[in-house]
Amino acid sequence: MTEFTAATVYDLPPADLVLGDRVAGRMYTDPAIFDQERTKIFERSWIWVAHESELPKAGSFKSTHVGRHPVIVTKDRKGEIRTLVNRCRHRGASLCEKKTGHANGFTCPYHAWSYGLDGKLRGIPYPDGYEGVMDKADLGLKTLRTESYGGMIFATVDADAEPLADFLGDVKLWIDRFMAQGGGYPVKVLGTHRFTYRGNWKIQLENTTDGYHFPIVHRSWMASVDAETAEMMSFMTDPTAVTHDLGNGHSVMQMVPEHSDLEADDGSEPLQPRFDGLVAQLEAAGADEAEIRRLVRAVHGTGFNLNLFPNVSMSISFFRVLRPISVDETVIEHVALGSDGPAEIVGPVNRERLRAHEHFQGPFGFGTPDDSEGWDRVQRGAQGAPELPIMVNRGLGREKPSAEGWPTSHVTDETGMRAAYAQWKRMMSDD
Amino acid sequence: MTETLTDPRVVRAIELAWREAALLDAKEYEAWQGLYADDARYVIPIERDAEDFDDVLNMVHDDARMRGLRVRRMTEGYAIAAVDSAITVRTVSRFIPTDVDDRSVTLKAAQIIVAYKRGRHDLWAADVDYVVRLGASGDEDRFARKVVRLVNADEAVPAAGFLL
Ligand code: FES
Ligand SMILES: [Fe+2]
Repeated sequence: MTEFTAATVYDLPPADLVLGDRVAGRMYTDPAIFDQERTKIFERSWIWVAHESELPKAGSFKSTHVGRHPVIVTKDRKGEIRTLVNRCRHRGASLCEKKTGHANGFTCPYHAWSYGLDGKLRGIPYPDGYEGVMDKADLGLKTLRTESYGGMIFATVDADAEPLADFLGDVKLWIDRFMAQGGGYPVKVLGTHRFTYRGNWKIQLENTTDGYHFPIVHRSWMASVDAETAEMMSFMTDPTAVTHDLGNGHSVMQMVPEHSDLEADDGSEPLQPRFDGLVAQLEAAGADEAEIRRLVRAVHGTGFNLNLFPNVSMSISFFRVLRPISVDETVIEHVALGSDGPAEIVGPVNRERLRAHEHFQGPFGFGTPDDSEGWDRVQRGAQGAPELPIMVNRGLGREKPSAEGWPTSHVTDETGMRAAYAQWKRMMSDD
Repeated sequence: MTETLTDPRVVRAIELAWREAALLDAKEYEAWQGLYADDARYVIPIERDAEDFDDVLNMVHDDARMRGLRVRRMTEGYAIAAVDSAITVRTVSRFIPTDVDDRSVTLKAAQIIVAYKRGRHDLWAADVDYVVRLGASGDEDRFARKVVRLVNADEAVPAAGFLL
C-alpha cells in the first residue's frame, strides 16, 4: 500500500488516499476530487430519490437531484415511477421548481413546450417552424433508470449499472426490518427537515455509522429525555450492539439489538410509562392490545441505522439523505416517518413520532446542531497537516465475520466507515 | 376597527417583543423563558402558512416543558452548538397589530437576524406572529404564542445553536 506523506499527498491519485484503516484529509478539501466523485460515484451509483409514500397517486411528483442532475420523480398514469431530468429539451430551462406536488404534466415557462408525466414531448406552440427540422418523438425529457425495493426508490445515470436488487444484496433484509416500524401499516413520510453544514459530504456519510460520538456529542439530548430512552441508547458498553459490513459500501449499526426485528416480540418487554397517554388514546380508538403493543414499540423506530452508500441512511426512525453541493458544503434532509392507516389510530402515533423527531432532528433539534458543529470542525481541522491521516481503524482488531459472513465489530467501531471507504476506493479507481 | 401602533396596549406588546429580542441576543435564556405564559407555544414551522402545528413536522414546536429543556440545553454547557453559537444581532419591526383588547394583543412583525460566526455572517429573515397576554402591568405581560415563519422555512437552513 502506498503511504501518503506531506510531500506526496497532493499528487497521489484519489484511490491511493484510502488505506484500509485511514484516509487522507485531502478527500474532504480537494475540489478536483469532488468533481470526480460526482461523476464516478453520484452519477454511477444507485441514488435514493424518494419513498413511495411521497408519490401517492398518478401525477404526484417530487423534485430532487441525482449527481449534478436536477430531476423530477413522477408517478405516471399507469402508476409507473420515472425519474426525468428537470431540463427542457428546447433551450434548457428547468421545468419544475416545486419540491413536491401534483400535476398532469410539465409545461416549460419559457416557450411553453409541454411534457407528459412520462417525459414525452406533447406540445410545441406554433409548431410550423419545426416542420422538417425535428421529430417530437426524439425530444422527450431525458429519463434515468429507476428501480425500487421495499418502497425505497433509487435512480441511476448509469445505463449499465447492475440491477438495484444486486447492488442492495444483503441490505434488503434490513430494509424489510426497517419498514416493520409501520406497526402493521405501511410506512409514510410525514415531513422533511432540511439543513446545511459547511463540510464535505463524506463527513456525514461517516457519521451515520459513528456510534462512538453519541454519548459525547449528544450528552445534552441524553440529559433531556426520560430514563428509559437514555437507557435504551446506552449501547456503548453493550457487547451485543454491533456493526456489520453488508458489502458494496453498505453497513448496519445495531444500537438497540433487541429492537432489530420489531416483529420478534416475546411480550416480555414492558411498554414505557411515558406512552401511557398514547396507549389510552389507542384504546379509546378501538385498537386491541396486540396492535397497541406493535405500534407503541415501533414509535422509537427500529434499533439500527442502515447506511446505504452513497446518499441515504435509514436511521432508526427516519431517513437521512445527503446531497453534496460543493467540496465543503452539504445539504442534509431528515425525513420523518410514521404509519399510514386510519386517522384515529395513526393520528396519535404519528404525533408522538413527529414530536420525538423534532426533539432530536432538524436545524433546531437537540441533536443535529451538535452533530453539525462537529462536522464543521472536521472540515476546518482537516486543512491542517495533510500528512496526518483521518483515522478509521477503531475495532480493526476485534472485527470478525458474523454467522451470516458479514465482517462485524462493536457498534462504536469504524467498520461501517471502512466499508464505505472501500466502496469509494473501488468506484474512484474505476475509469 | 383600525388598530394603531400608538395604542398603549400595542406599545406594551411591542416593548415585550423588543425585550425578548434583547434577551435572545444576549443569550439570557432563563430570563427569556420567563416572558412566556405557561400555556404558550413557541413554534418555527416548516410550512410558511401553517396554522395548526400538531400534525405536521416543525423545526421547533415547544410547550413549557420543551422550552424548559431547551433552556437547559442552551445553558448547561454540554451542547457544543450552544457553547460555540453565533453572535446574533436582531431587529424586529414593521409591526402590524391585528387584534387588540384589554386582555391581549395580536401582532405581526418582520424580524431580521444577522448571525456572525467564524468569519461569516448568516442572514435569517422571518415574519413573526405574536400573541401577547396583557398583565396588570407591563412587567406581567407574557407571550401566549410566537410563530417564526422563516422566508426559507422549507429550504435548507443552517443548523443553529441559538434561538430565533
Ligand atoms: S426553454 Fe423550454 S420551451 Fe424554450
Ligand atoms: Fe450524532
